[in-house]
Amino acid sequence: MSDSIGMPRVRVATTSLAGCFGCHMSFLDMDERLLELAKIVEFDRSPLTDIKHCGPCDIGLIEGGVCNAENVHVLREFRRNCKTLVAIGACAINGGLPAQRNHLDLGDCLQQVYVGRDGIEEGGVPDDPELPLLLDRVHPIHEVVRVDYFIPGCPPSGEAIWKFLTDLIGGRTPRLAHPLLRFD
Amino acid sequence: MDSSLETAADREHLHRVVIDPVSRVEGHGKVTLLLDDDDHVREARLHIVEFRGFEVFIQGRPYWEVPVMVQRLCGICPVSHHLAASKAMDRVLGIPVTRSAEKLRRLMHYGQILQSHALHFFHLSSPDLLFGFESEVGKRNIVGVAAAYPEVARQGVLLRKFGQEVIRATAGKRIHGTGSVPGGMNRHLAVEDRDALRAEIDHMVEWSRAAVELVKRLHRADPALYDEFGRFRANVMSLVRADGAMDLYHGALRFRDADGKILVDKVPDQSYRSLIREQVKPWSYMKFPYLQQLGPDEGWYQVGPLARVQNCDFIPTPLAEAERREFIDHGRGEPVRATLAYHWARMIEMLHAAEVIRDLLGDGDLLEGALLADGERGNEGVGIIEAPRGTLIHHYQVGDDDLVTMCNLIVSTTHNNQAMNTAVREVARRYLDGRKLTEGLLNHIEVAIRAYDPCLSCATHALGKMPLVLELADAGGEVVDRVVRD
Ligand code: SF4
Repeated sequence: MSDSIGMPRVRVATTSLAGCFGCHMSFLDMDERLLELAKIVEFDRSPLTDIKHCGPCDIGLIEGGVCNAENVHVLREFRRNCKTLVAIGACAINGGLPAQRNHLDLGDCLQQVYVGRDGIEEGGVPDDPELPLLLDRVHPIHEVVRVDYFIPGCPPSGEAIWKFLTDLIGGRTPRLAHPLLRFD
Repeated sequence: MDSSLETAADREHLHRVVIDPVSRVEGHGKVTLLLDDDDHVREARLHIVEFRGFEVFIQGRPYWEVPVMVQRLCGICPVSHHLAASKAMDRVLGIPVTRSAEKLRRLMHYGQILQSHALHFFHLSSPDLLFGFESEVGKRNIVGVAAAYPEVARQGVLLRKFGQEVIRATAGKRIHGTGSVPGGMNRHLAVEDRDALRAEIDHMVEWSRAAVELVKRLHRADPALYDEFGRFRANVMSLVRADGAMDLYHGALRFRDADGKILVDKVPDQSYRSLIREQVKPWSYMKFPYLQQLGPDEGWYQVGPLARVQNCDFIPTPLAEAERREFIDHGRGEPVRATLAYHWARMIEMLHAAEVIRDLLGDGDLLEGALLADGERGNEGVGIIEAPRGTLIHHYQVGDDDLVTMCNLIVSTTHNNQAMNTAVREVARRYLDGRKLTEGLLNHIEVAIRAYDPCLSCATHALGKMPLVLELADAGGEVVDRVVRD
């Protein structure tokens, strides 16, 4: 990993769909190694950069499931542009906690949260065209696009993400030994 | 308060410019601007475009699950949700929290404040402040900062790491831990962890001081920008301790008006509803809270570091208190209201958090003592905490069968909703109006939003719906979901 002078840097994009940003926080939990990684990796679209649309990339990391039309759009943009697509965390893999809404009726929920609630004045369900269309259910990302790798955990640790990425970039098959493979 | 740019008169004839997504913030949001043919801004809105519905699906779950579940609202300040829910459930169970448990929770919470403030300042906002709002897009990120200012980036990364380690030592995991339970805590601090943290804490205090110095240097280098950018009058709210001190873990609500006069004080957390109401607007999933007695037009307010540093009477640690005084003097008798002063106030709080952690690490109650007590079970509880971004309110009702029957959350970023929209409009009016919009000019708007350190992820716990039809096809072209809304 050390000497990378003159080598083209690996381009990495990251995004959060219906997630909590915890997986991105775990990415930052690589701590000092983040600065190491920055020597061999160039970031494309990510919540950490100001690039708003993903261009051609080597690796795309996705946190969160699919809950609205905008998520679908961003996910497809990532799939088109990223050679390797990685689902990070429970939400991307199976919908995670947000998928708890899958058995509820959206209409009822809306009424409860925006209309029939103590402390609300002039309630009404938000309905502006600027707000993206919701899906009835929260979907794991593999239901919408092909996914190359899955890293489990809520979130996977920074250690696991580091091991995975350095394996992948180093041309090795990524392997997470037992202690790094967690589901909580 | 001026709301002239909220809704334009003849919207059909205007051009739409959109900033989507707002980057270097946590969560999903976008800004829309409507401009006339002469490039005058007629409307500017920050929309919160995601929804998740936590308040609804928490209903029906057993109360003991809640402090762990609600962390998934937000991976940046999970501890705040973990503890606000725990505090609410302490009330439901009627359990007075033991000395050890409260100190452990405080340690966890101040660790969270330290990590979150470091993350926001160094990883997300410092590129704007160090390179300029219109600097090269590709450089405006933490990697760019690491290349140009390696020591600043290194200290930022290590400050955040230390905060995360405090959380791990108290909650068991850096993100989405399980240390706090309804009524108390489930672990003490291990001696090895205490020693490891103690070995580093002096550096953290030192580097936090350096961060405050860095912000002050920025202010001194360009007073016109730092004192004027996104400046407007606003009320403020936060918790304060009984003696008026800053306390980020527990206290009563205090509300000051835009002149800095205390309007309401010592409102107990359980009565937040007597103080705050919320308004819904059709173009955002995020509600608009306001002080009931002033009404929605006059009663909106700011929360978070800028509010807290000026709402308390003093900060109970010496280094941060000295910095607070200097900050107050900067206003020359007026409240400091410029948007970029949020960063200064935030770094003062980071220093305070480091000092609190240092003091707590010397306290033997963290290593032993009762973690849970007994109490008399009730059915309702409110937990309020000062999260990194501001006042966070969790309110639950629990049935005799232990299942949650009602959940209401007002998260920090929601309190700041109107203030962020006002900041967007101020900046649009002052810097963008009548000009050809460039990426750099649009970034001014994002700089204003970023100063609030909004956690749009937390803010999207509610649900919304749209009048459209959509089909979702899977990777093989099969339709897996279809939505029809009227
Ligand atoms: S998997 Fe867990 S940490 Fe990651 S986005 Fe989902 S809830 Fe957050």
